Amino acid sequence: MTEVTTTASTAGMPGTSDLAVTMNGVNKWYGQFHALKDITLTVARGERIVICGPSGSGKSTLIRCINRLESIQKGKIVVDGHDLGAGAKSVDVVRQETGMVFQSFNLFPHMTVLENCTLAPIKVRGVSSAEAEATARKFLERVRIPEQADKYPAQLSGGQQQRVAIARALCMNPKIMLFDEPTSALDPEMVKEVLDTMIDLASEGMTMLCVTHEMGFARQVADRVIFMDQGEIVEEGAPEAFFSSPKHERTRNFLGQIS
Amino acid sequence: MIRPFGWNEFLIIVMAAQWTIALSAIAFAGGGIGGLLVALARVSDIRPLRILAVGFIRVFQGTPLLMQLFLVFFGMNIFGLAINPWVAASIALTLHASAFLGEIWRGCVEAVPPGQREAATALGLKYVNRMRYIILPQATRIAVAPTVGFLVQLIKGTSLAAIIGFTELTRQGQIINNATFSPFMVFGTVAAIYFVLCWPLSLLARRMEVRFSRSTQR
Ligand SMILES: Nc1ncnc2c1ncn2[C@@H]1O[C@H](COP(=O)(O)OP(=O)(O)OP(=O)(O)O)[C@@H](O)[C@H]1O
Ligand SMILES: [Mg+2]
Repeated sequence: MTEVTTTASTAGMPGTSDLAVTMNGVNKWYGQFHALKDITLTVARGERIVICGPSGSGKSTLIRCINRLESIQKGKIVVDGHDLGAGAKSVDVVRQETGMVFQSFNLFPHMTVLENCTLAPIKVRGVSSAEAEATARKFLERVRIPEQADKYPAQLSGGQQQRVAIARALCMNPKIMLFDEPTSALDPEMVKEVLDTMIDLASEGMTMLCVTHEMGFARQVADRVIFMDQGEIVEEGAPEAFFSSPKHERTRNFLGQIS
Repeated sequence: MIRPFGWNEFLIIVMAAQWTIALSAIAFAGGGIGGLLVALARVSDIRPLRILAVGFIRVFQGTPLLMQLFLVFFGMNIFGLAINPWVAASIALTLHASAFLGEIWRGCVEAVPPGQREAATALGLKYVNRMRYIILPQATRIAVAPTVGFLVQLIKGTSLAAIIGFTELTRQGQIINNATFSPFMVFGTVAAIYFVLCWPLSLLARRMEVRFSRSTQR
């Protein structure tokens, strides 16, 4: 286990550290409810992390803290060298450097696939629309739906929509990709096409944090699997060890339930 | 002296409809701008702004339009301004429309699924761009039908301006009725003209509602 407590200081210079994400003593409450309890986690560049755990254990909350969709009350999160607590500027930078894929796709229904993919690069990065379109077509090709560029999201299948969502995130050229149960809303026959896209992405060296219960995916691509329960990281380890000899009772129970 | 209700009287009433339309247009345009500001304030992250917007909405939704007209009309006098039914009616109806449209549009903004804002935020889009490119275009589609519905209410509401002496459709009807004393003919005509103004709008609102629900379930 990489138990690095001095990481926050080595992550001081934006873009230079070899750590993509460090979370240190992170605590989050929703009102009275303690949703994240003393989370400490470091993610190296290029590392692929799978997070699993029972419903309500705080998986979504954890990865949504990384791009500040949720704010924390205690602790420190540094993403790509930018301290999220350091003000709006660093939050803006972090959001540009991280892509996020949601369970419910969240494509913009009033825009075509191409417009979905070019909006943020044009408005946030300030690239020309010609360049944004070229980039978008390249990524739509990579997720294997170049022919859908001019359709509206509602005209696509769930699997296609999720691949558009991945392409849309990639168009911002992010350094880190966050996935929150990207295949949970899909019909079984569409799960594979989305997982294949994610496997491609992993093989290209993208830093990825994936909340998923697809244990085949975890075995194949994860460097580390993290098990959460009741707002805590209970156990983490390389997939081999994690699946074959889980140390904690709660992990064993959980793995027994989902397989 | 009582004169009969003839073609001439009929035309005078029809012509007065232009002032009803003009007043509705002013109130709707002013209320459109005011309503957008109220709606944005209502969903803003800044608490005092939200409270202010809620207070404004509650006051105008919780009091009769006629009292709002009276208060503006007589209020102008108290503040030393010349009493002018045009100005008073325009201001009162604009404020009234701002409150109602603001509340209607707030509902439409909040009807846009939260995942849309989250996805836009995660892409790095900031508040203004998020509103402009993601939230408002979707809210607008939801808003069309109830907005047209409110416009119908507003057109009918302008008839109250007759009471502060603004000569629009209803007031013209009263004037003609005083001269002809044929209330059934006169107010029948007035009502028919309101109907001709409002009915197509109601139809339009219903048509758009159907089209919207179809396009979302596509
Ligand atoms: N906005 C919120 N307000 C209050 N409580 C919340 C909010 N969001 C999440 N919670 C609570 O925080 C806890 C963790 O939620 P979270 O969504 O992170 O769980 P999860 O592990 O992603 O679960 P799932 O597998 O169902 O997606 C849950 O108990 C949930 O009820
Ligand atoms: Mg979740």
